[in-house]
Amino acid sequence: MLQYIVRRLILAIPTLFAVSVLSFILIQLPPGSFLDDYAAQLAQQGEEISNQQLERLKEAYGLDQPVYVQYYKWMKGILTRGDFGLSFEWNMPVSQLIWDRMGWTLFLAVTTLLCTWLFAIPIGVYSATHQYSKLDYLFTALGFVGLGVPGFMLALVLMWIALSHFGMDVGGLFSDQFKSAPWSLAKVWDLIKHMWIPILVGGSEGTAGLIRIMRANLLDELHKPYVQAARARGLDERRLVWEYPARVALNPFVSSVGFALPELVSGGVILSVVLSLPTAGPLLLNALTAKDTYLAGALILLIGTLTVLGVLISDILLAWLDPRIRYGSR
Amino acid sequence: MSEEPVQAALPVPIEIEEGAESETRIHVATPWQLMWWRFLRHRVAVVSAFVIACFYLIAIFCEFIAPGDPEHIDGAHRYVPPQTISFVDAHGRLTFHPGVYGLSPHRDPNTLRLTYTTDSTKWYPIYFFTQGPPYRLWGLIPSNLHLFGLGPEAQDQPFYLLGTDRLGRDMLSRIIYGARISLSIGLVGVALSLLLGIILGGISGYYGGTPDLVIQRLIEFIRSMPTIPLWLALAAALPPKWPPEYVYFGITVILSLVGWTRLAREVRGRFIALREEDFVLAARLAGSSEWRIIWRHMVPSFLSHIIAVITLAIPGMILSETSLSFLGLGLRPPVISWGVLLQDAQNVQTVALYPWLLLPGVAVVVVILAFNFMGDGLRDAADPYGR
Repeated sequence: MLQYIVRRLILAIPTLFAVSVLSFILIQLPPGSFLDDYAAQLAQQGEEISNQQLERLKEAYGLDQPVYVQYYKWMKGILTRGDFGLSFEWNMPVSQLIWDRMGWTLFLAVTTLLCTWLFAIPIGVYSATHQYSKLDYLFTALGFVGLGVPGFMLALVLMWIALSHFGMDVGGLFSDQFKSAPWSLAKVWDLIKHMWIPILVGGSEGTAGLIRIMRANLLDELHKPYVQAARARGLDERRLVWEYPARVALNPFVSSVGFALPELVSGGVILSVVLSLPTAGPLLLNALTAKDTYLAGALILLIGTLTVLGVLISDILLAWLDPRIRYGSR
Repeated sequence: MSEEPVQAALPVPIEIEEGAESETRIHVATPWQLMWWRFLRHRVAVVSAFVIACFYLIAIFCEFIAPGDPEHIDGAHRYVPPQTISFVDAHGRLTFHPGVYGLSPHRDPNTLRLTYTTDSTKWYPIYFFTQGPPYRLWGLIPSNLHLFGLGPEAQDQPFYLLGTDRLGRDMLSRIIYGARISLSIGLVGVALSLLLGIILGGISGYYGGTPDLVIQRLIEFIRSMPTIPLWLALAAALPPKWPPEYVYFGITVILSLVGWTRLAREVRGRFIALREEDFVLAARLAGSSEWRIIWRHMVPSFLSHIIAVITLAIPGMILSETSLSFLGLGLRPPVISWGVLLQDAQNVQTVALYPWLLLPGVAVVVVILAFNFMGDGLRDAADPYGR
């Protein structure tokens, strides 16, 4: 097992490297040097940037050097000092801006994932054990809608209903009076009141997909002879379903963690813009439209890293659950 | 892991009636005929196919079908709610002719908001194949014939079946024009990613070895990148000075650059499965060229699967364009697409006051659901000998 984890970790390194190169290319794509933009922006605000200062910045980012040196400097700053460069839009170091946002992003993604499982597993099991019942049809229909309706539409409609029928302003994660307040029970309650929409909307697609997978897997499993044998021996039906077939059916379920977590993080970008959540999404969108290159690059790099880590975690979980993977790929 | 659709649980026998006649019919039928029959049995998919066909007809003839000019600004009628069609005319008589009542604006003295009340003393009948604002069909053929409208004598009366936006532009006409851009971007984007997918997936599956390894690593890498931030970054890199046609093309290229991997995997899988088949070996022994083996023998046998995969890929493309434009990084006004129209609905306060601004989103949802159902049906039908 340890060997597998180590091997998998080593395999992740080239991917992370490729992610960082891609992020760097992406922030280099817009035409013109960002320093020119920066100087122009400062000039617009009536501030003069001296040639000396420009030179110093140029040297700090290695702008007069070939691209690979620039990349090297960028990566070196990140890896050794946690320095992601300077945000020109905010006029402060990128590292001061992002960690809070990334924390919320991760928190929301993990909570949504847990809620997805909480609903998908029992519903999937119910749908499979009560195939073609009324509730099964209802869940199937809901699943199709969940897969088909784009998240931001659902978010808009839910917010509209909450606002017009219940007079609740559900954007963001906190009400105004709690935004900068210290943590307290009331603040946590306020957070919960705001969090249900992002979780519901962000989780709807994943839940629908997982219910379908769980149902299909369990149906395959329920027709196997060992279930028949266990039933013939008079095993309690609930124990029979949950103890054996449900556990086997969970196996492919875990492999979906790999793409569920990254999809939540990446899909959350649009959702968080609509819901104005304090996550990485709106910051990234802003940085991209304002050509705030280092901020955008840092966010893409971090979201990409999260994605790679998500795949890694699911692979390890899968190997832990299923010995065939552990030994088979050796 | 089985990702079969729910319907797959029901084995659907092709034989409907017993008897020698129908059995011969099935035995001599071509694969495509079998697929067609199988597809017809999937009711929801057939209905969805019909819906999609209607939407594409609307997109093709949008100038003729839209009752008005989507760019026409009616300053006196901003944020008009959708008008209802009424069969009772101005004199209170029931007619068999659809029509709309006139509108009279009121300004609320407290909130200063403009509201409109229907004026049932005025009633304007709706005519079919009537004259309306002039246009050029596909930018070529000048005409002023519209599918429906109020006719020449009530030309300047408000006729907004789906309401108007903040500039007083007709939502119905705008949604109909938006269909052309939004639906075509799905087709063009899928065509481009299919090209990439068939070439790279084909090389990967047919030759195997090192090219396969390289392409598989590339696919794995692209799939492990977060899609939406990638789109956003690429779309933000498009020069803002580009004319709309360039942006349209740029967005499609971006969507297909990120989206070809699924198709490539599918093509590769099919190639690998077929490579070892006897009929391929037979063709090779008979001296067919590689090119002929691929196009004459292998492609026809997996074409149906590819069509099903394509159908399931189109809604993703449409949704991507909508999301990008919605965020302001995709197409921009004056281009009309559903995503661009939805930009007006970004603010909840506005939506709460003028909910009809969400209607372009309803069009998106209907099209996406229809494509998903049709794709499911096609996927079941693609393998007529299976089960």
